[in-house]
This record gives sequence, structure tokens and C-alpha cells, in this order.
Amino acid sequence: MIEELREKLDKDEVTSEELFNEALKKAHQYQEEYNSFVTIMDQYKIKKRADSILTGIPYALKDNFSTSGILTTASSNILKDYVPVYDATVYKKLKQSGAVLVGKTVLDELAMGGTGTTAATGIVRNPWDKERLIGGSSAGSAAAVALGIVPFAIGSDTGDSIRKPASYGGVVGYKPTYGRISRYGLFAFASSLDHVGVFTRSVRDAAIVTDIIKGQDSHDMTSLKDDNKTYLKEVDNDIKGRKLFYIKEICNLDNYKDSNDKELIETLTRFNELLDKCRDQGFIIEEVSIDKQLLEAIYPTYMTISCAEATSNNANLTGIQFGPRGQGNSIDEIIFDARTKGFSELIKRRFILGSYILQKENQEKLYLNACRIRRLIVDKITELFKEYDGMILPASGSGAPKFDDSSEKLSDRYLILENHMAIGNFGGFPSITIPYCFVNNMPVGVNITGRIMEDDVVLNIANKIEELTGLKGIKAGDMHV
Amino acid sequence: MYKAVIGLEVHCELDTNSKNFSASPNTFTEIPNINVSTVDLGLPGILPYPNKEAVKKALKTAMALHCTNPDEVVFDRKNYFYPDLPKGYQITQVTKPMGINGYLDILVNGEKKRVLIHQLHLEEDTASLDHFNNYSLIDYNRSGIPLIEIVTEPCIENADQAVTFLEDLRDVFLFLGVSEARSNYGQMRCDVNISVMKDTDKELGTKVEMKNINAFTNVRAAIEYEIKRQTGLLESGGKVVQETRRIAEDGKTYSMREKVDAVDYKYFVEPNIPPVKLSDEFYQKLMEEIPELKLERYEKYINEYHLSEYDVGVLSSKKDISDYFEEVLSYGSDIELTVNFVTSAILSTIKKLEIDIKDLFITPKMLSGIVDKVKNKDISLDHGKKILYQAIEQKIDPNEIIKKQNLHQINDKDQLLNLICEVMDENKEQVRQYIEDGNTYVYNFFIGKVMQNSNRQANPNVSLEIIKEELERRKNSESK
Repeated sequence: MIEELREKLDKDEVTSEELFNEALKKAHQYQEEYNSFVTIMDQYKIKKRADSILTGIPYALKDNFSTSGILTTASSNILKDYVPVYDATVYKKLKQSGAVLVGKTVLDELAMGGTGTTAATGIVRNPWDKERLIGGSSAGSAAAVALGIVPFAIGSDTGDSIRKPASYGGVVGYKPTYGRISRYGLFAFASSLDHVGVFTRSVRDAAIVTDIIKGQDSHDMTSLKDDNKTYLKEVDNDIKGRKLFYIKEICNLDNYKDSNDKELIETLTRFNELLDKCRDQGFIIEEVSIDKQLLEAIYPTYMTISCAEATSNNANLTGIQFGPRGQGNSIDEIIFDARTKGFSELIKRRFILGSYILQKENQEKLYLNACRIRRLIVDKITELFKEYDGMILPASGSGAPKFDDSSEKLSDRYLILENHMAIGNFGGFPSITIPYCFVNNMPVGVNITGRIMEDDVVLNIANKIEELTGLKGIKAGDMHV
Repeated sequence: MYKAVIGLEVHCELDTNSKNFSASPNTFTEIPNINVSTVDLGLPGILPYPNKEAVKKALKTAMALHCTNPDEVVFDRKNYFYPDLPKGYQITQVTKPMGINGYLDILVNGEKKRVLIHQLHLEEDTASLDHFNNYSLIDYNRSGIPLIEIVTEPCIENADQAVTFLEDLRDVFLFLGVSEARSNYGQMRCDVNISVMKDTDKELGTKVEMKNINAFTNVRAAIEYEIKRQTGLLESGGKVVQETRRIAEDGKTYSMREKVDAVDYKYFVEPNIPPVKLSDEFYQKLMEEIPELKLERYEKYINEYHLSEYDVGVLSSKKDISDYFEEVLSYGSDIELTVNFVTSAILSTIKKLEIDIKDLFITPKMLSGIVDKVKNKDISLDHGKKILYQAIEQKIDPNEIIKKQNLHQINDKDQLLNLICEVMDENKEQVRQYIEDGNTYVYNFFIGKVMQNSNRQANPNVSLEIIKEELERRKNSESK
């Protein structure tokens, strides 16, 4: 973890170059089996005279952040040779802080997808069980941290693209308030939902990295004025009397009476045990009920808005300015050919959906209604946040699924339990997933979502809960030594 | 009888330091692709950051055109694929344009015509394309330059009105200082929509669209040609096809493409630019920055200052000249004399020196000083102008020159009488001619001498009166 490495570096027990080389060695060692990286760096590069808590600490960056001079593919064939000419703000800040880039990590193509199986360079495997997926879209970043290759990695989160793979990978995944971290240089998927966030192996580490990369950015008009807080200083605050709620329609075992899904039952049972432990520590935790129709609308609302924005955001990928040039006799044919060859079927499906959703005759019914439902959901949660400091829910209904798992996508479990984390994107709420139990030998995460702007409170609550799980700092890499 | 119905869509690039959503310079250059940033190229991960100056200038223009302004600034995306559009969408305004439902009054052949403005919105310009035989070149210098689009209602009836509207609209831009609006640089471009219908028809005829006409003369030619063409078609029982046409160098229009179904641009609100509320104070401040426009000044000069049509034309056509003129007046100077100075000496000087009036050495304050001295008969008009030229040449405050050369006009009657008596005593022959022969031509002789001896400071009118009196006095005293 970062603080341990910091201490070793400061005591000269290890050099940052040694840490880098060790990370590099592991990166290569695990690459064939787990496929975390699109690009593994070959040169140790650190900013001279940098002096921060991250100076000399190796990390990985999702391959949808613009890195000047370093290949950035977004795991899509249409960008397979794209070398950016400018740095994303996050990357720039990490460079300034003296953190050392180890590699660019694999994602679901263009960050669209939640499985980690759709990258142009192949599937990413779960470090806890190679037969299982790690989840996505920030698959490689989650795997790289779970494997212990790097102590932290940067991801992006549009629906739950950090917090779901964090749950499946047994690591901490944190997405701060919308605007807390600049999106400049993050390849846009759905701008109103896109967040930059971090993977670490402890809540403290998540606070440390966020402290470095947050702040207002003159390149991103949606970035927030800095709150001038050091989150690391807030994580140990007293939580006595902090009020949390969980949603009955998601967590109550009675909802799943007829289910013989043992993993789901165990996940929820362990969740309830965790809540009891939290209560013992002084948290007040209550059950609230939310209209099931509203909850069932989360996933379709997410798909509708994200596909609509994605089809527009990715309209720059034509092979005209950059990327493989298509063939044809007219400009339309050339663009058509480049995009036909450059995107996988899944991506094209989303673009066609998005285009359909935005069409004049459908916009009111599909796009604008989805925006209204988004507002209803956010209003409902915001109203609850008047009374509660946060919302606590299981991040998934089990450990990571196997690759051949064909779950019933419209069952209650899939529709609500597996998709509720998009609430954090709808409202821009700070939201964190930390590992809380093992079910069938696979880690499962608990998700805590808090009031907008209150990143410090969410990290504080998560840090206290982490102490109760006994799972701080776990990594799958230990199993492979 | 047939009549034409014309609507215009005018694009005008705004004059700002940087582009609409990036920090690239907004300057005209012949060198391609140098005013370009990652944002203008639409590279993955870029975000737009709106230019406050462009927003203010667009709002100001909308206000000057009497539009209703929005309560907040919101941008939208217009989605379509074209190589001149690097992001695959253009940031523009649909939800809340900078202005709606405005108008501009214009004078067409002496008659006032109100052209209704449907809306004014702010958007970004596209890159420019140069097409060659088997390839095309893209220049991104233009990509992202702030552009306002002004859409009129279909309320224009003929080419005269259309061209006058464009000229006056350009004056609005110039008077507001929002754009240089040079059509030869493509800074101001115009789409013309035109249809023809019978006087008695209730429904509009089929619309023909002509895009991106730069020169106003071409707008005139295109409209005149289209009215003839469409009327001819209808009169001969034909039908007008809905299509896009272009104007060629021969002054005729040619079909480019028939209009298929309208393109669906799939507009939606730009998510990267949060709405910015506009306060009443903000609008109040903007309002204060809006100067009187040409027509207002024109009417003021005619109705309040009672100037001649010619002088009004000269003084109201350019904002800097009009501002100069009005500043002189603001010091309380005489209107008629000020007009005289500005329209002759000042304008001929800046024309000769090929400079802008703001670069002229003579400030309105200095000119006001001279005008006042002429008005008070301290100096003659003739002298006033001479001093002005001298001041410009030597770059000296004209009031200093007047002091130094002691050039005040001599109006004092006793002083003048002394001068005149001196001259008459020196020129007895001319006095004799008046007394004995009654020759009045000697008046001019003496005036000349007096002016000469007084270093041209004597007031000629007063001198003449005294000369006449003195000659008569001498005649009478001799006969006694």
C-alpha cells in the first residue's frame, strides 16, 4: 500500500526505480495470464524535484486517458495506433507529483461494457479465479491493483466502471463527486455521467491519490472549485451518529424467497452481518423503501442516456483527422468504412441505439424521458440524504461471474441489485466500493454513496467500515507467489 | 402578379482574442493550420471552454437587434458527419438562443422597413475545405472561431431590401465593435431562402436555398435572377423544385442538389458546459455598453441637428467619425461650425494621410477649442483651418499655436480704426480716388492692405464697415 511504500522510500530501504522495476516484472509476469495492460512502459521516468506523498510510487492508468507520446487506444481498433499529443489533467497531475507510470490498462472497448471482455487486445481475467471475469470497464486497472502489480491505478466510471470491477477484484474503487477530478483528457463516453476515479487497496490510499488528482481545471468547465480539504486527514474522524440507509427492495432477503441462488443469499446475509457490526461501532443504519418502478428504471435510463451521449462523443472517430483511414469513393464511404472496421459489433449496437434515441421523432419519448427519470431518481436520493449521511448497499449480488455465466438479465437481481451504482453517476454523488466478504472464495464489495461534495465524509465512513471487514490490503497476487 | 418572399440566414465571425471554446488565437491568416489546438482538432478527451467575450458580444448584438435574451447561457450539439467538423458535432444553440423575436429597421430608398429577426445564436465555425481534382485539403484555422447566426423571418420582398439589410446589419456589427464583418475574408456570409407566390396566394411558394454567398453584390444578383427564374417558371405553368442552388460568376444560379428529407441533426444539450445564469445586473451592464446605432444617429442628425442629407450621410456612416463629431459637440461647440470642420478639414486630412480618425493628432477636445474660437470670432474660419493644418503637420496643440503666433482676430473697433487710418495715410491716392471720383473699388484695396498689415488678424467684415465710414468721414471733412 502507498503509505508503506512511502515509508520504505523515505527510509531509503528501496528506491523508486526498484519499485518500478518490480512492478514492471510483475506486469510482464502476469500479462499473458490476466492481460491487464495494453502498454507496459519500458523506461523509468520520474519528474525531477517532485516531492509529494506519491513521488516514486508506481501506478497504472486506464488506456482511455490521453498521454502525450504514449499509445492510447481505448482498447478499440479505431485507435489502435493513436499516440496523443497532449496530457490528460489527471496524468499531468500525477506526473507533477512524481508518481511513476508503469503501464496503460485494458478496458472494455471505449469504456462501454461491464465485463472486461470486449477490449481489442483480448479479455481480462479475474486475479482471484482465471475462469471468472473481472468486470469493467476499468478491467485492467482493477486487475493490476488486485494482482499487486501497482498500489494504485486510475480508472473511469460512467455507470459503475470502477466500483463494479473493484467489487469483483477485491480492491477499493472510488469515484468522487462529479467535477471533483477534471475529465480533461479522458476519452468521453457519456460526458454527463463520466467520472475519473481510483483503484487502491485501502481507503486511506484512495484518499491519498484523490488528494493529489482533485481540483478545479481551466480545461474542464464542469470541474468543481477545490474544497481545500485533505481527505487523508478526514478519514479517521469520529463516525458516531452517522446515519446510513439501505434500500429494502435491494437488500431484503424476503425479495429473493423463491430464489435458489445460494451465492446471492450468502452475499446478502453477510451484508446484514456487516451492518450489525457497523451499528456496534456507532453507525445508525436504517432500511428505506423506494418505489420499485423507479429502481427498475435505473438500468434502462442509464443505457438510454449513455448511448445517446456516446454516439455523439465518439463521432470524432472517423479516420479523417487520425486513426486508420477508410476506403471509398466519397467522404461518406470513407468514414463509413473506417467506422465499420474500427468498432466491434457491441459498440456499433450502442451507437445505433444512441442515434435512434436522439432521432427527432424518438427524442421526447426516449432521451428526454430518460433525463426526467434520472432527475426523479436523483431527487429521491437527495431527499433521503437530507436525513442520512450515506447509502450503503452491496456492490454486487455475488462474486465475479464465470465467463460462460448467462444470468437472466431482467431478473430482479440483475436489474436492480447489479445496476444501482449508476445512481452515483446520475447524481454525481461520491461513491466507493470496498471488499467486505468472500462468497465461494470470491471477494464481494460493499458500496457507500454519499452527499454531493462530501467526499471527505464518504471516505471517512468507508475507512471506518474497512476496519470492520478485516480485508484491508488484500491482494490476489499473494496467491500466485 | 407574383411577389417574392425572402428570408436570410447571416453568419458573422465575432472579433475575439481566442476561439469560441479553445485558447487558439482568432486571427485571420493565409498560412493554413497554425491557429490550431487539440480542442479545434476534436482529439479524444478534449473539452470545450466557452469564451466569455464571445458570449457577451453575441448577447450584445441580440440586444441591439431588440431581441429577447435568455435567462441563462445554454449550448447544444448539432450532430452530423462532415470532414470540416472534427468533433462530429457542432456546438451551437437551439434550446436557448442568445436572442429571439427581434428586428432591425432599415431605410430602403427613403422608406423605413422593419426586418424581423427570428433568432440569433452563437456557435462555432467549421474548418475550411479546399477541393482539388482528386483530393481535398482541410484548414483548421477556422475551426472553432465564434460565429453568430442571425435568421430573419421570411419578410424581405426584394433584392434592395435584402442588400440594405445586410449593409445595415454589417453597420450594426461595426458600431457594436463585435466584428469587422469583412465579407472578402468570409467573416460575413449569407444564405438566401427565396420563394415566389401570387399576390393573392395564402400559402408560400416552394423554397429555394442558396448557401454561403459572401459578397453583397452576389446576394443581389442571386435574388434578382431567382425572382425572374421562378416567376418565369410559374407563369409558364411550371413548378419550382425545392433545392439548393448556387450563384455562378455569370450572375446566374445553378442547381446543386435537390432537397431530400431534411437532415436530422439530433440536437441535445451540450453536457460539458453547465448552464450559466445571467443576472439583471449583467444585462444592465451590457446594455450600457451598447452605443447608438447608425439609424438612431442618422435620425438624430436630421431631426435634432437639422443637418443636410449630405452631411448626415458623411457623419453617421462610420462609427469612429460619428463618435469624433459627437465628442466635439459634447464640449458644447457650435454644431454648424463643427460639421464644417469635420466634413472638410478633418476628413480630407485623414483621407490624405490614410489614417483612422482615432489616430489623428487633433483630438475632439483640440478641435472643440478651435471651433469655439472661431465661433467667438477670436479667429477667422480661414485662420482656424490654417491653424488646424499647421497643428497636424507640426503635431502641436492648435491652441498653443494661436497663443504663440498671437493670431487672435482683431475685432476691436478702435484698434481697427487706427490700423485703417495708418493705411489711408500711406495711400492718399486711393483716398483721393474715392473722394473725387467716387470709386468704391478702393474698398477692396484697403481691406487687402489692412489684412496685410494686421498679419491677417483683422476681422474683415468689421474692417470693411470701418473703412466705409472712415472714407465717408474724410470726404465730408474735405468738403467742409
